[in-house]
Amino acid sequence: MTTTQENPTTQAVELITVVIDGFEVSVPKGTLVIRAAEKLGIQIPRFCDHPLLDPVGACRQCLVDIEINGRAFPKPQASCTIPVEPNMIVKTQLTSAVAEKAQRGVMELLLVNHPLDCPVCDKGGECPLQNQAMSTGNGETRFEGVKRTFEKPVAISSQVLLDRERCVLCARCTRFSDQIAGDPFITLNERGALQQVGIYENQPFESYFSGNTVQICPVGALTGATYRFRARPFDLVSTPSACEHCASGCDMRTDVRRGKTLRRLAGDDASVNEEWNCDKGRWAFKYVTAIDRLTTPLVRGVDGVLAPASWPEALAAAAAGLKGKRAAVLVGGRATTEDAYGYSKFARIALGTNDIDFRSRVTSDEERDVLAAKVVGSKTTYRDIDVADHVVLVGFEPEEESPIVFLRINKQVRKRALKVSAVATKLSIGVDKLKADFIKVAPGAEAEAVESLSLTAKSVILVGERASESSGLLTAIAQLSDKSSAKIAWIPRRAGERGALEAGALGALLPGGRPVSDAAARVDIATLWGVPSLPATTGRTVPEIVTALNRAELDAVVVGGVDPLDMADSAEVLAALKKSFVVSLEIAPSVVTDLADVVLPVAAITEKSGSFLNWEGRPRAFDTAVSDSLNRSDLRILSALADQMGESIMLGTVTQAAREIASLGKWDGASSKLTPVKSSGAKKISGNEALLTSWRRLLDLGTMQKGEANLAGTARKSVAVISPKRAETLGVKDGDILRVSNNYGAISLPALVEDIHDDAVWVPRNSFGTQTLISLNAVHGDVVTVVKA
Amino acid sequence: MAEQNESNSLQPHESNEVDITAIAYEKVDQLGAKSFWAQLQGFWVTFSAMFKKPNTVQYPEVKEQTAERFHGRHQLNRHPDGLEKCIGCELCAWACPADAIYVEGADNTPDHQMSPGERYGKVYQINYLRCVFCGLCIEACPTRALTMTNEYELADSTRGKLIFEKDDLLGPLRAGMIPPPHPMYPGMTDTNYYNGDVKEAHPSQETK
Repeated sequence: MTTTQENPTTQAVELITVVIDGFEVSVPKGTLVIRAAEKLGIQIPRFCDHPLLDPVGACRQCLVDIEINGRAFPKPQASCTIPVEPNMIVKTQLTSAVAEKAQRGVMELLLVNHPLDCPVCDKGGECPLQNQAMSTGNGETRFEGVKRTFEKPVAISSQVLLDRERCVLCARCTRFSDQIAGDPFITLNERGALQQVGIYENQPFESYFSGNTVQICPVGALTGATYRFRARPFDLVSTPSACEHCASGCDMRTDVRRGKTLRRLAGDDASVNEEWNCDKGRWAFKYVTAIDRLTTPLVRGVDGVLAPASWPEALAAAAAGLKGKRAAVLVGGRATTEDAYGYSKFARIALGTNDIDFRSRVTSDEERDVLAAKVVGSKTTYRDIDVADHVVLVGFEPEEESPIVFLRINKQVRKRALKVSAVATKLSIGVDKLKADFIKVAPGAEAEAVESLSLTAKSVILVGERASESSGLLTAIAQLSDKSSAKIAWIPRRAGERGALEAGALGALLPGGRPVSDAAARVDIATLWGVPSLPATTGRTVPEIVTALNRAELDAVVVGGVDPLDMADSAEVLAALKKSFVVSLEIAPSVVTDLADVVLPVAAITEKSGSFLNWEGRPRAFDTAVSDSLNRSDLRILSALADQMGESIMLGTVTQAAREIASLGKWDGASSKLTPVKSSGAKKISGNEALLTSWRRLLDLGTMQKGEANLAGTARKSVAVISPKRAETLGVKDGDILRVSNNYGAISLPALVEDIHDDAVWVPRNSFGTQTLISLNAVHGDVVTVVKA
Repeated sequence: MAEQNESNSLQPHESNEVDITAIAYEKVDQLGAKSFWAQLQGFWVTFSAMFKKPNTVQYPEVKEQTAERFHGRHQLNRHPDGLEKCIGCELCAWACPADAIYVEGADNTPDHQMSPGERYGKVYQINYLRCVFCGLCIEACPTRALTMTNEYELADSTRGKLIFEKDDLLGPLRAGMIPPPHPMYPGMTDTNYYNGDVKEAHPSQETK
């Protein structure tokens, strides 16, 4: 995929030839001996070595005999810490009796204090220590003493348990937390036989990436509380999958036992998530079974009560309510690309309208225009972050909103002190960890700060979905990118948004980024779909659809996976749904269900195949993990509904949809023009007033985190953040209760005095005790009153 | 390569059939009839059996004791205080060549202690339609929780009834045992249990 011209680090690499077990191999300078041996297919046993962590030589299991220029090392050396050198001759356990004996000796020492926990240990069956004890260990132990024991297990956070006596002190977990996650909350304490992994007193291991330590632990010392004792590896059916929680696009593996997902592991994709993922992706999977799933279609009868119905009945009722009516489509950002394409085609053919919008959140028209002009079809990738000279974060908190992007930036910050700037109101924990240049602005005044930036063609601007909440900001970003030719990457929070954008689930765009306003584009798609013509007027946006429903300019709406409480002015959305004919496609009863006329149950992500496009626009395909489900994907149901309406969309299967999307080709015509929007600047405040700013935390009250108490236990505490100056004015110190209110409602939270703009107050958007959209109906930049409670 | 394949495909396939008439017979020396004495020796076995007591019993009215180590239905054993020995490790399921065993482990909690230590077997099923009574599961069991009884009458009318659940497999509560869940013997660890230090239930283990 990536062409070598784009890759500035592709220079002539110096190759060094070494001899390992009598075979010659040429590897780049700096390669470790253990990795050079891997290239030949020679497996040297190891515990501490990990290709993505710095070498440490902690476990000593990988000892080999090394000779350079005819001079041998007097003792075996750890092959995971020694880089290759010219004229090096390496003899591993396969050819050197000394190395073999040394490895056996190390294994014997490692096993001295290792308990015989295998029958009760989760790692049993997939344990590197078990495997290597078989390959490199002695069958019988010579140790007759009493093994050292520790109290066990110790919960180092609500989701990670530590059995210290099983630990072989490889330091993978501590190195990961320090080097990759930037959360050095876990260290090696004590010395000698008592050395142990531990956490700081009163500070649990609450990192967003703690699950990775469980995955890379080569013994069963770190285990996940949720998976503990649930299964053995041979019970599990593994399916390669993609993460549905955010737009990072992690490669994953879903392990299912008897139709139930028991765990998810990070997959290995060097160009995206490397071998890591975040705790939400790893542990938030129980919602599929925890929430009360819809099992049969429901139809609202003449008595106004939703009653179970058969599929033909429900489809007929839905078709009757939609046929010939003025209808719109609201599709959530959680849909797969294929499903979004289904909604897009359904709206255009079956409903004959362009009124479709996937942005079921706080949005703006400016955002739609920038997405159509700048984002659709764009190709900024993780690789661009790797080689960037400057990364700018606007309306985007990487650690909370796209954790793998955070890891990638952090990697470059650590490796080559990559310059990072964050245009924001509050200095977040993640941005602080990235040692970023914090450009402090008042909420609403981001555009001016962006205009004053100077970037180069190698710079990358990472724009979050929250940029749409500050008027003029997206215009300023687009202009900055035009001026400096810096790359723009739009990073939405939800996994399906980029796919929905490309699939044309937007009023102004047809599939493949074709503008609705362009006649040639409409002909293009009409030909592909085999219909005489497509609606020519640009479709309504989410707020416009809601207004139109309320004003009875629209009669009906198809709602797929949308939570009205995510949107600004949710009361108005609910009123609109109440007034109109609603067809709801959902996995579980929601607020929409109560207002729907026809409810059609759909498959959850584990029950269907499909793909997401991550923020790069890279397809992340996944397969059905639970194959014996009767639930069908949105696509299949929409297709059946369209057939019932007599307007076939011919999308019976995901494969069919994927093939059709692939056949679309790129739009080679002009992309739509951007209408610049002027920034209205920050609102004026006085007295106890402050400007609200907020974002959603990674672990919060999200529907897809339900049923997982262990995960919720590591969520960051809900606080209201104010600046030292405001704290002084209010006479407030950390922990005092603050009351944030407006004439709609109020939120009371403990105060935290931090680096934030003096005019602003920050609260989490959807965490425990603080749901700003529901309680305050306020978005970024709105005026609220902050007082000491 | 492709050319070669093409030329090959034009060749008629050689028949694998063998012409029966083309096979040469080989003469084998047959032994002749045994001597009369030898035949009498053979018949002696038959003759002597006529005077023995028959082994046959009128099953099911009469039932014979099996051999001591006969492989019969499994049993899940208990510690002397009534706690289960099974820790849900699934090693039996792993060892089973017929995939007849299904186990799900779960956590012991202070108010729901089923076995000593951290882990117990929450679900335990043996499918006797599959079981071949090889006994590998018994060898695999690290806690001697699973053993075999001499019971062999394992016929039933439905498939479902032949999947034995944990309740069907658990050994009976003997004198001095308290039905779990209940706490471990005071002052004893799981190691003490495995070493056989717990001889009977302690009054404090009785749960109200």
